[in-house]
Amino acid sequence: MIEKLKNLYKYRQLIFILVSRELKARYRGTVFGFLWSFLNPFLLMLVYSIVFGIIMPARWPQFEGKTIYYSIFLFTGILPWTWFSSSMLESANVLIIYGNLIKKIKFPIEVLPIMVVLTNMVHFILGLPILILFFIVFAKPLTGWVLFLPAAMVIQFIFTMGFSFFISALTVHFRDIKDILSNLMTLWFFSTPIIYPFDSPHVSGRGWIKLLLWLNPMTHIIEAYQYAFYYGSLPHWKKLSVTVLVGFLLFYFGYKIFDKLKDTIVEEV
Amino acid sequence: MYPIIINNIGKYYKKYSHKHKFLTIKSALVNKTLFSDLERDEKFEALKGISFNVEDGKTLSIIGENGSGKSTLLKILAGITRPTSGEITTRGRISALIELGAGFHPEISGRENIFINGIILGLSKKMIQEKLSKIVEFSELEEFINSPVKTYSSGMYMRLGFSIAINVDPDILLIDEVLAVGDAFFVPKCIDKIYEFKRKGKTIIFVSHDLATVEKISDEVIWLKKGQIEMRGYPAKVVDAYMQYIGEKEEKRDEKPAEVSTENRWGSREIEIKNVKIMNRDGKEKYIYKPKEPMTIEFDVITKRKEDDFVFGLAIFNPEGILCYGSNTGLENYKSYHIEGKGKVKIQIPELPLINGMYFLDLAVHKKDGYPFDYHHFQYKFKVSSKLRDLGITRIPHHWKFTDNINVRPFKPKKR
Repeated sequence: MIEKLKNLYKYRQLIFILVSRELKARYRGTVFGFLWSFLNPFLLMLVYSIVFGIIMPARWPQFEGKTIYYSIFLFTGILPWTWFSSSMLESANVLIIYGNLIKKIKFPIEVLPIMVVLTNMVHFILGLPILILFFIVFAKPLTGWVLFLPAAMVIQFIFTMGFSFFISALTVHFRDIKDILSNLMTLWFFSTPIIYPFDSPHVSGRGWIKLLLWLNPMTHIIEAYQYAFYYGSLPHWKKLSVTVLVGFLLFYFGYKIFDKLKDTIVEEV
Repeated sequence: MYPIIINNIGKYYKKYSHKHKFLTIKSALVNKTLFSDLERDEKFEALKGISFNVEDGKTLSIIGENGSGKSTLLKILAGITRPTSGEITTRGRISALIELGAGFHPEISGRENIFINGIILGLSKKMIQEKLSKIVEFSELEEFINSPVKTYSSGMYMRLGFSIAINVDPDILLIDEVLAVGDAFFVPKCIDKIYEFKRKGKTIIFVSHDLATVEKISDEVIWLKKGQIEMRGYPAKVVDAYMQYIGEKEEKRDEKPAEVSTENRWGSREIEIKNVKIMNRDGKEKYIYKPKEPMTIEFDVITKRKEDDFVFGLAIFNPEGILCYGSNTGLENYKSYHIEGKGKVKIQIPELPLINGMYFLDLAVHKKDGYPFDYHHFQYKFKVSSKLRDLGITRIPHHWKFTDNINVRPFKPKKR
């Protein structure tokens, strides 16, 4: 497996050019262009801010009674979540969309899910300055824990990548996964502390909810961002190290399954 | 050392049999057959026991009907799919022209697509930079190279794809039928380029239905039939055998090519044309003719009452609806006196100076002023099968003569 991953390194130029092509092509012809990279999560944040900040305000102590703090908290979680969920949904399609290429050219197809995850990572990175701008404009102090960001990103990348291999290879054989996935992502979104804090009494008061959230690896990944940015303190490194382990396991099995199905993918797409 | 060695390879595709056609996870879960359904139970053998070597610098063509396994074999050579059994060894960089421009992104410019396609085909960015001007020049797309590819015509698309693939500078070139879509000016340029490869001593595998080109450029031809090598040898020999086989097959299929439909038939029927037969010199009904082969058209004529003003005519159209030849007894200065009862008409054609292709036949009987008794329009068809690929409507007989300082000789295919 290490050999194969090393082999992938040889294709870095290919991966790079595919990612830049995706980025260029995605917003070609739109008025706002690359602004859409963060406009999408921004608009999602706006919706949740209005609903849970104004219409049915939740008074969690974490937000010090300020709606705008809730918005900042939301944005901190929604940005990485968008990276994850878009990667998932696009992974389900990517091999089918590129079917023509796969069938006609000798081509290391592993680069396609990698391209998806990296492209969405770039969108995430493009959204970061806006997030930081929020902190500055609304006078929410940022601490040195922000430097923890790359670590959180690496963990999320490994986790997402593993999932992406798994989903993309299986969807070619079972097209149903695409539909299951779009529903699952909605459920998963609400099972992750993005629009509410993990430490809220509504969660910690109910054992089974807490357990469910605790078992969800995305909880710990999103929390890592929230600790680094919003809370400004050390993330739960114990929980996080278990998440890293889960991430590596998922990556290992995801890649294994992908590699095993690789030959049949060419015939099935 | 051969650049390509293929040893007893086979390829089968597993298929879900009919009962699994609408397989979904849901039905699999409901019937608890998820895992047994994953096993496919029907096998389709695309290739069986194929073995051959290709010598360095030789051009090998693969011919065969659709579904004979040509493309599968080429995909295995290109490394896109793996054979189910057997071994394949290749030496050197391979460029496969299987589908030109596969992987072009419609939204971005031709220039950017050159880079992407080049990298997908295994070039480095630096190498593409060096070859960029050559690629653009060969594709003749200088004016459009900065426009998005979605604005290109299919011909432009193909030109760009070919230019990139050919400039990969491979040791082994695989070509699959890609030249079939090009325009009349670009295709000869592509063929020239293929010849240039040949001169440089590169190995070429060529898959095509264009038998004339196959015969010209190859050193050896393999005829694939139902996934097996039916014949292998000198181009002229294999192509002839294949053409004979195809001809016989088409003849069988097209024994009765068209039923007489009322839509394309008009006239008062005071004189009627019936039982039209297109026959060869032995009086056997036939569909495919060589240009030098005699053809006879025969039909019965039935009249209701005696007539004295009548003309018989024939017309030959190509599929585009262009009249290739038309004539009638009036134009040829036959004078009609009278017709009565039942009769037979034969039109003898000693040879058919037509180009390769399908033709439609009109037969008619009408008055001199054009009043139709019975007009059969596009009712009958026949095919002219010619190895030459000349253009136009009819073959005007001609000879080439050259002075001694011009060394041009007719191409003589190698004979055993």
